[in-house]
Amino acid sequence: MRIKRNTLLTTTVFALLVVFLYWLSANRMQNGMLVSVLQKGVIFALVAVSMNLLNGFTGLFSLGQAGFMSIGAYTTAILIIPVKSLDGVYYMNGVHPGIRALKMVVADSPAFVQSIFPFVALLLGGLLAAGIAAIVGVAVLRLKSDYLAIATLGLSEIVRAIFSSPQFDQITNGSYGLNKIPTFPEMAWGLIPSLLTPFIVVGFCVVFILLLINSSYGRAFKAIREDEIAAEAMGINLYKHKSMSFVVSSFFSAVAGGLLAMYMRSIEAKTFSITMTYDILLIVVIGGIGSVTGSILSAFLVTIAKEWWLRFFDQPLFFGGWQVPLFRTGFRMVIFSILLMVVVLIYRKGLMGSTEFSWDRLIGRFRRTKNSEGGAA
Amino acid sequence: MSLLEIRDLKVCYGGIVALNGISFDVNESEIVTLIGANGAGKSTTLRSIMGLVPLTSGTIFYDGVKINGMETRKIVEMGLVLVPEGRRVFPNLTTLENLKIGGYLQDSKNEQKALEHVYELFPRLQERHWQLAGTLSGGDQQMLAVGRALMANPKVIMMDEPSLGLAPLVVKDIFSIIRKINEEGVTVLLIEQNANVALKTAHQGYVMETGNITNHGPGRELLENVDIRSAYLGKSK
Repeated sequence: MRIKRNTLLTTTVFALLVVFLYWLSANRMQNGMLVSVLQKGVIFALVAVSMNLLNGFTGLFSLGQAGFMSIGAYTTAILIIPVKSLDGVYYMNGVHPGIRALKMVVADSPAFVQSIFPFVALLLGGLLAAGIAAIVGVAVLRLKSDYLAIATLGLSEIVRAIFSSPQFDQITNGSYGLNKIPTFPEMAWGLIPSLLTPFIVVGFCVVFILLLINSSYGRAFKAIREDEIAAEAMGINLYKHKSMSFVVSSFFSAVAGGLLAMYMRSIEAKTFSITMTYDILLIVVIGGIGSVTGSILSAFLVTIAKEWWLRFFDQPLFFGGWQVPLFRTGFRMVIFSILLMVVVLIYRKGLMGSTEFSWDRLIGRFRRTKNSEGGAA
Repeated sequence: MSLLEIRDLKVCYGGIVALNGISFDVNESEIVTLIGANGAGKSTTLRSIMGLVPLTSGTIFYDGVKINGMETRKIVEMGLVLVPEGRRVFPNLTTLENLKIGGYLQDSKNEQKALEHVYELFPRLQERHWQLAGTLSGGDQQMLAVGRALMANPKVIMMDEPSLGLAPLVVKDIFSIIRKINEEGVTVLLIEQNANVALKTAHQGYVMETGNITNHGPGRELLENVDIRSAYLGKSK
């Protein structure tokens, strides 16, 4: 009975979300800001969940997310920039003949192949990142805690340096970055408008990560997080599971990076600097380390607050003739930081702690509030 | 032939000799105990059998097969399992999750069977299957650690100080469980500082001092031994 009610609630909420997104797609002109923050939020939700898989569930403190995102973003961008824009994008150094040849093949392929090609590009970006993670993991996963963080941070910087180096001018366009990247593609022959694409891709990825966490592999990840030596004594292969978590996390970070390239339409190596990793870490910590739903919730809250709700503080404000001091460009970040401190002080373990969202708890909380109010009256 | 044969086991930690070439046997379906003071090398012995510590020299035979140098996972698969010192349950996972991790290498049918067996031995674990292991009492945590090890369907269970930090009544419970497990056919290798209880329970006992085995014999006999009485049991000669 109870399970039925919860499934019903979940299905209703998802159905309402889909209806809302379709409505948004039809009226996207009037709601530009909302569309923009929701898409950015959902992309960051995927990175945050993939970082949480590594940091929160496996206990590996890694700061390499931005590096893997840039691998995904560059791979996707290079693959999907249309042939006719190539010369415009690579106007300084010319494009590598191999890339041009590949694009000619794709451009000549049947319409069906072309319609799924952006998704193939996302997948290839993910696989490339996963491959690199598997190789690098051999070396860095021997390290623990802070040392692992430093090594992965270094890895992310190396990736950035390689992508912006002059030797790769004809592939990554060096320090000029890539632009004219097509936006999100439509799905299912236009039945699903392009606005919904990132939500659907992220949805699939998050469901996969949730299934992984709830499998016996996920239990082994948590055992490693709790106590490596005890886990090893139980017969859990430490290296295999750490590596698996690292590879899966990198794969999904790269997919999110590819989506981000489609969202931003132009990328450069600097986009994926250390600050981006910190932004993601912030989302994970605010949401709760070890909570998937917490990461998703916090990705939206942080993105929307930072990009939209607090914009108001950046504009000069007048009361009659008196200009309120401090209200100028950049002040919103001050308020944002103060809010973060308040949130962290109130919710010591992040918004969700290490628990997942459940209807029972939410409804329980409402009941309790009602009862206590009744008692007071 | 004994089930577990340790021959000239030597282990060094960065130049410090922890085990100085010890040899002992564990016969099938027996309870064997290693007693000794802190730093005698008891824990190191168990950890090296499990493949958690590299050996300097020596060999470990299990069921006639040389197991030193094998991965821990393989050793667990062969039926040797360790209940680590200080319980080391996974504090932020539930009791049930802890048990399932113990049965990690089992297929789901064997896991279910092992789980039912563990619940039969420790009804309290079933009552508290939803509770986070870190919030269990010390005694229940020790039961969980033993239950978790039993989930691997072991032939030999090795316990590192199961009585550590527990009230005398709980210690009694733990040892009656150890006897019960043993009666079901599981061989037990037990490390204890609480020499009195350990020797009363064990079929065979070995006394360790600073990396060497200095004495051995049937448990009851060691209990009567005058030197051991004065050194470990605090009784006058």
